[in-house]
Amino acid sequence: MSGPVTVYVPCDAAALSMGADEVAQAIAAEAEARHIPLRLIRNGSRGMLWLEPLVEVVTERGRVAYGPVSPDAVADLFDAGFLTGKPHPLGHGPTEEIFYLKHQNRLTFARCGVIDPVSVEDYRAHGGFAGLERALSLSPAQIVEEVTQSGLRGRGGAGFPTGVKWNTVLNAPADRKYICCNADEGDSGTFADRIIMEGDPFLLIEGMTIAALAVGATQGYVYIRSEYPHAVATLREAIRRAYAQDWLGHHIHGSDRDFHLDVRVGAGAYVCGEETAMLESLEGKRGMVRAKPPLPALEGLFGQPTVINNVLTLTSVPVVLAKGAAFYRDFGAGRSHGTQPFQLAGNIKQGGLVELAFGVSLHDLIYRFGGGTASGRPLRAVQVGGPLGAYLPADQLDTPADYEAMAARGAMLGHGGIVVFDDTVRMARQARFAMDFCAEESCGKCTPCRIGAVRGREVLDKIIAGQDVADNLALLEDLCTVMADGSLCAMGGLTPLPVRSALRHFPEDFAVGAKR
Amino acid sequence: MTTAWNAERARVIVDNHRSLPGALLPILHALQEEFGYIDGQATPLLAESLNLSGADIHGVISFYHDFRRTRPGRHVVKVCVAEACQAQGSDSLVDGLASTLGLSLGETTADDAFTIEAVYCLGNCALGPSVMVDGRLIGRMTVSRLGALMAEAEGVQP
Repeated sequence: MSGPVTVYVPCDAAALSMGADEVAQAIAAEAEARHIPLRLIRNGSRGMLWLEPLVEVVTERGRVAYGPVSPDAVADLFDAGFLTGKPHPLGHGPTEEIFYLKHQNRLTFARCGVIDPVSVEDYRAHGGFAGLERALSLSPAQIVEEVTQSGLRGRGGAGFPTGVKWNTVLNAPADRKYICCNADEGDSGTFADRIIMEGDPFLLIEGMTIAALAVGATQGYVYIRSEYPHAVATLREAIRRAYAQDWLGHHIHGSDRDFHLDVRVGAGAYVCGEETAMLESLEGKRGMVRAKPPLPALEGLFGQPTVINNVLTLTSVPVVLAKGAAFYRDFGAGRSHGTQPFQLAGNIKQGGLVELAFGVSLHDLIYRFGGGTASGRPLRAVQVGGPLGAYLPADQLDTPADYEAMAARGAMLGHGGIVVFDDTVRMARQARFAMDFCAEESCGKCTPCRIGAVRGREVLDKIIAGQDVADNLALLEDLCTVMADGSLCAMGGLTPLPVRSALRHFPEDFAVGAKR
Repeated sequence: MTTAWNAERARVIVDNHRSLPGALLPILHALQEEFGYIDGQATPLLAESLNLSGADIHGVISFYHDFRRTRPGRHVVKVCVAEACQAQGSDSLVDGLASTLGLSLGETTADDAFTIEAVYCLGNCALGPSVMVDGRLIGRMTVSRLGALMAEAEGVQP
């Protein structure tokens, strides 16, 4: 082989949290000491997070993976000949052949971890902006129709049909319309938004620009949570470069269309993931939930018609436009079309991101991909869909992961996060945490949520202390009903979901004399 | 390293951002980045610049967990206490900090070296428990490693 060898070391936050910068420095230093020319590229993550930092080398056989690599292992990797893809105890062979990756349906995450995230040239070379180019040739109504036909539903949790939402904004007469991307990915156990923003930020820019063309918006905001500083930095750099190459701003790609895009940073309020609270926050106010109607599609940001979509929804749009509605629609099950990036988290051996068509079972995700618990102890509970999602017991893991099947089990898919707990979990404490979290994060606008969560925490404290357990359980059930039926938004309305599911599936943890 | 509160500097920061739509959050972030917290003197300044009431400004500052109203320690340690990190033993990190430093979440050591804060999810849920030390995200944390990192941050031998 001639020319320098290309080596990829991720700059994704998860990889950095395991020492990717130190590994990149060690590889560069070792190559220099050995007088080996090297082209070191910082890519996004492939989503196989237990292997991070996952180092890839470009060889005649394609990209070959090694991980998790520590700085101490670098000299040994050079000795073993990793630059030509030779075997090593940390080696996994060709990256694309790794079971975890090979058996996914990567549509949204196709480029993630493959390319240099902030290189427009790389993005273009891997099919990027093809969806936007097609959208520029269509009328707004045609774009909306394509998205409607694809069956794409909101990936933020509620699963609302995207095309219907866009059509409402398209038909709302206004001088100014907005596209707001909800990147306030606050659910514990979820990181798909973060990984795509850090690994393929132009995809989000492209999706938002297509949305703008579809509804006639000229300004967009990405509201990213402050806990994601790496995503903020990467997206800001990508936006800067997109402007420089005419993919944003005036006359996008030589057309007569304008779209401006800015990043705004949240400030540690979970409730700002609720779309109307996010709008308030973007307007510079307290993140208080708004009553609906009016729908944000008609009166949204600064009172103007506004599309609000999650990162995963907007990043699904370019492939719909590039490959057509039918291509996308063919993935999935029942009324859940397309793919969902599932996220395996918590006490899991092989945690990471698995993008698959809807309908895969939780069991397959957790065992075939995830390899079971990290601790090696028996799995006891799984929380699906974040802090407002239900806890499911081990014997319900046959549930297919799609919107309807999860709802039939009294659970929700939410943002696709799956948090695994082993048999050391104390479910009464998890129920208490759900109330505690709601008490901490409630915006305070409606009484059932603001007061109910505090009372719920108190009642659970009494139950855990073994005080009047039967009476307090009845009180808790009553309180859950009030919160579920009377809250203004999902914060108070869904907090009973983890609490009640814990009660239903793990009653022994709430009984008098239970180990607490 | 943050600088001491300076009214003139604060005014420059406010003026640099005040024309943004919905300017208050970007301004508060910029002030906190400069000074490490939002000084009480910022409230009348912001109220006047943005044509809002002092109560409006106070309401926003106090709503968001991120905005501190007192100067933090020299180093800020954020410990994720959300479910995925709970499943990986984040409680033991919190207990460990309590037993070694006598600190609960939200408190600062008497020598102003460390402020410990709770955070609900750092997006590193497959590699928990996770912490952020002075903005640096670190996964698979243990009590002993955290102790060593904190000693390193203060420049002392662990």
